[in-house]
Amino acid sequence: MEMISSQISLGPLLYYWPRQTTLDFYEQVGRSPVDIVYLGETVCSRRHELRAADWLALAGELRAAGKVVILSSPPLVETSTEVAQIKRLAAQEEFMIEVGEVGAIRSLAGRPFVAGPHLNAYHGATLAWLAGQGAKRFVAPLEMSQADLRTLLTERPAGLQAEVMVWGRMPLAFSARCFTARHFHLRKDDCGFRCIDYPDGLALRTQEAGDFLAINGIQTQSAQCLDLLEQADDLRDMGVEVLRISPQSRGTLDAIAALHQWRQGRAALPIPLPAGMRRCNGYWHGKAGIDWLGQEA
Amino acid sequence: MSALPRLGRMNNLPPPMELVAPAGSLAALKAALEAGADAVYLGLKNATNARNFAGLNFSETDICTGVEHAHALGRKVLFAINTFPQPGRTQEWRNAVDAAHDLGADAVILADPGLMVYAHERYPGMRLHLSVQGSATHADAIELMREQFNIQRVVLPRVLTLQEIERVTRQTQVEIEVFGFGSLCVMAEGRCLLSSFATGDSPNNKGVCSPAHAVRWSEIGGQLDARLNGILIDRYAPGEPAAYPTLCKGRFEVEGRFDHALEEPTSLNALGLLPRLAAMGVEAIKVEGRQRSPAYVAQVIATLRAAINAANLAPARYVVRPDWQASLSRHAEGSQTTQGAFDRPWK
Repeated sequence: MEMISSQISLGPLLYYWPRQTTLDFYEQVGRSPVDIVYLGETVCSRRHELRAADWLALAGELRAAGKVVILSSPPLVETSTEVAQIKRLAAQEEFMIEVGEVGAIRSLAGRPFVAGPHLNAYHGATLAWLAGQGAKRFVAPLEMSQADLRTLLTERPAGLQAEVMVWGRMPLAFSARCFTARHFHLRKDDCGFRCIDYPDGLALRTQEAGDFLAINGIQTQSAQCLDLLEQADDLRDMGVEVLRISPQSRGTLDAIAALHQWRQGRAALPIPLPAGMRRCNGYWHGKAGIDWLGQEA
Repeated sequence: MSALPRLGRMNNLPPPMELVAPAGSLAALKAALEAGADAVYLGLKNATNARNFAGLNFSETDICTGVEHAHALGRKVLFAINTFPQPGRTQEWRNAVDAAHDLGADAVILADPGLMVYAHERYPGMRLHLSVQGSATHADAIELMREQFNIQRVVLPRVLTLQEIERVTRQTQVEIEVFGFGSLCVMAEGRCLLSSFATGDSPNNKGVCSPAHAVRWSEIGGQLDARLNGILIDRYAPGEPAAYPTLCKGRFEVEGRFDHALEEPTSLNALGLLPRLAAMGVEAIKVEGRQRSPAYVAQVIATLRAAINAANLAPARYVVRPDWQASLSRHAEGSQTTQGAFDRPWK
């Protein structure tokens, strides 16, 4: 019998979807073969289709459905309200936290956590420090190549799991400024919540119509969908325990299904991407992240 | 502009803010000290600092000369070792910390906790500053770094408002340094992968943003295209002034509209805020621009020196003099300046 070693995770929903769309999505996630689900609003504290209590209720339902649920804290924290939200998140002990920035580590005071992808853990000494603070798993920096990841994994302390994002638009940057509001000439504090109209973010193209980035509130993402599904064998063989899918409006459950097929030793299924979205995997190959090396879908 | 001496502590007033100047070369270091900088920050000639540009930064011989010069004047030299050690290459960054210590650094500016562990254990007496690349935006992040590594100062990311800076200043005993002038990162520093997404090289992994080796200019019929690794960042009509293609400051298309979708080419300018920053307890004002010329450093530092002295002397009567503003505007990107996140005009 083939050993099943890789776990599949679903990263936090980075977009602002209507409440019912979000609940329907997670209802399907509950029935999917995903093992770990990260939940919570990590991009904009103004978003409110689901409030903290709703996310907790959802967490309970997904746990009841057999999923390991982890609550994610935001990577960029500015206001006192946001600081208070993190303290509340850290105060509950029912679910583990994925830490978005180092401040949350202090609130956890030694309790176990997952070190999120924006903590910049590029070398073993930083992994050792994080493990000493309570990290049980780290998510590799998105810009890391296969070669660097292989080296990093040899430097990790015993018992610290590794997770790598393998599918979805990559979150590349965070700002105090909301670019969606800026596009609509609206103020950030009176933005009309326009994000809700863009389930995969707002496309930003070059002046010659080249796909480049996607605007998602204060976050800037890749226009392309990261796709390392074909590298799943390599990732497993390198010792990566968890493979992360990041939610998009289409294809997310298919990507989960494809990884599940793969770990069962069956041929992967093709994955439909949201209209017009291309793929990228350049970082893996040590090149510009936007590049795609491989066959076009 | 002539050099101005730094004023001492005044009674009943907040302590004078320190002016921290960029030095990309020995000439810039000397210019900064001549113009009245209290401290200069510099980097070694490699990927251990966030301005790893060709022709920039210091050989060890130059650093010896520079440190000697600064210390003779009673000023400080801070070493920026603020990129993230890459897998398998930790020793290069530790060597940089060793070099900083051996060369007489008054402090090292670090971003990475793993490197902080080394610096703190190996050189317990050395002052540690948390770099802006360390992305500490609130008191818990800063205090964790203090508890763990005894950091003495934090450089705040350029995402906070004055109100947020004031709150952070009250909530930590760590000294606060903020940017007062220079190119503006609109993204939270240390968390921005846009450059490596477009070119492979980023501030985190190579100490560069929108690197010069990836830039290509092409002109057809007077129209000028600026590309980064083939990606069109901006396109200029004949006669239109062109700027370096920093990718977040390019013009792009969003829903059919062509615009600076992320940020205009503009510089941060906190000249009008100096007395307020001093009153809230900010210890140091930093000027961006290790990649800029000694002339830039001399003029920007002399201007800020005069302004900080005026703010220290009589904060209630402080006004921004038109010649200060004119001097800084000459050195601003696109000749425009903004108070950036400080007053949050997009709020």
